[in-house]
Amino acid sequence: MDKALTIRNLGKTYSNGFVALKGIDMEVDRGDFFALLGPNGAGKSTTIGILSSLVRKTTGKVSIMGHDIDVDFGAAKKLLGLVPQEFNFNVFLPVEEVVINQAGYYGIDRKIACTRAEQYLRELGLWEKRREMARNLSGGMKRRLMIARALVHEPELLILDEPTAGVDIEIRRSMWSFLRKLNAEGTTIILTTHYLEEAESLCRNIAIIDDGVLIENTSMKKLLGQLHSETFLLDLATAIDSLPVLDGFATHLLDGHTLEVEVEKGMSMNQLFAVLGAQGIKVNSLRSKTNRLEQLFVNIVESSKQMESQE
Amino acid sequence: MTWSEQYIAFKTIVVREVLRFARIWVQTILPPVITTALYFIIFGRLIGPEIGQMQGFDYIDYIVPGLIMMAVITNSYANVVSSFFSSKFQHNIEELLVSPTPNYIILLGYIAGGVCRGLSVGVAVTAVAWFFSDLGFTHVLVIISIVMLTAVLFSIAGLINGVYAKSFDDISIIPTFVLTPLTYLGGVFYSIDMLSSFWQHLSLLNPILYMVNAFRYGFLGVSDIPLLTSYIIISTFIIALFQMGLYLLNRGHGIRN
Repeated sequence: MDKALTIRNLGKTYSNGFVALKGIDMEVDRGDFFALLGPNGAGKSTTIGILSSLVRKTTGKVSIMGHDIDVDFGAAKKLLGLVPQEFNFNVFLPVEEVVINQAGYYGIDRKIACTRAEQYLRELGLWEKRREMARNLSGGMKRRLMIARALVHEPELLILDEPTAGVDIEIRRSMWSFLRKLNAEGTTIILTTHYLEEAESLCRNIAIIDDGVLIENTSMKKLLGQLHSETFLLDLATAIDSLPVLDGFATHLLDGHTLEVEVEKGMSMNQLFAVLGAQGIKVNSLRSKTNRLEQLFVNIVESSKQMESQE
Repeated sequence: MTWSEQYIAFKTIVVREVLRFARIWVQTILPPVITTALYFIIFGRLIGPEIGQMQGFDYIDYIVPGLIMMAVITNSYANVVSSFFSSKFQHNIEELLVSPTPNYIILLGYIAGGVCRGLSVGVAVTAVAWFFSDLGFTHVLVIISIVMLTAVLFSIAGLINGVYAKSFDDISIIPTFVLTPLTYLGGVFYSIDMLSSFWQHLSLLNPILYMVNAFRYGFLGVSDIPLLTSYIIISTFIIALFQMGLYLLNRGHGIRN
């Protein structure tokens, strides 16, 4: 039982005839930090809905921590924690009560529930707000409250559906470090996000869904290895008037101080700087034009759509 | 879930429900007490003496059990329908749905919450009734069992309404257009002996008639309906509605896609 999640031929057709999932196969290893990506409406939330019992599958098999959801969903649910995309707690309850009640729904004794609620609310920086009505929390606090609520029964598999949407950078980074710690302690995490930098930074394995079909399922390392080129923006120390010819690199001058350079796979940054140095061009700083995963994601989804339209 | 875990889940739902209506007691407990007090003043003190006696009792004493029952019915129903629909509307019903709590525990939890509200209001209204009438508790066990069963029945009915409701309008349609007329025509203010044969027979189709009369029997020892018939009718409705409520939750009607 080394798989946290096994999905076989998962299909979902809604009552209005919309086919959201067209037979997905996917596996997530125990202890993994897994990214489930896809454009809006691709089927990510439907997949998560099925795993958490909020959506009924039409076809296929799902097994969570070795428990077939058709046989014993109760046992599977005990091991699963869900942080949904939308706020779905009672906004008229105090923060602490939201967490303690959730523990009660899992059959956890109130004393233990109170201890755990304190632990997770403290870890997520919400302890001072425990007596506040949930509706008075800021957006970022509400997201953290949902994480605390999802953890109170100490699940082995945690699913986060866009947990950092609308959260400022500082809080997002603190949430990342919290999730990393949680994963290091053994919790398997499945993350959906539109911030691909987040997925690249946190996740070891990745699946991409588009239009109800799994179009990629591999390790982050392998996926990033597929990148044929990467584009960098160089901030030049001295303005230049004309586009320099850099042997082996495609360039584009955005303005006198900003040069865009495409570095093909196999070329090194040392080679780039050697060529730049030879032409007397000094560089103050450089940054990637787009996130590497974002570039790949766009390529994969676009080629999937092209293949589909050709069919 | 083990039995003890299920008990904790049940208790959590019940405590949550009780705290919900207790926190807003000005909206939940006080209004029915005031309304019923007005009924006692108008129908009991002002109009009652003009009406005279009903089945050998002063009119105010005759209507007290029906008025208490009316408050219990309305409040046990309202508690569950509004709580369940609000949970659906805010999506926090999902907290329960993603948990391993079995559907029958969810159903029982909401029923218990509705019963607690119905009984709280019932006790408060009874206390007010004491000021206006000479309450006799002729058959205490009948009073307790009938009020409990009635609160259970209308709590389940409230949940079913909550499951089907798609808007806040939908949760007021049944109470306004079905529950209130049935209650007023359920022998709260009169004995069906006063009606013509046709209307008497038609009244027998109203389930609330059985509850009001059995409850009145508990207080006064008189009823238009045999007590056993009332128990059978109420129990049958409870079993049928419980099955229906559980079926809807198992199917995930209106709460799962």
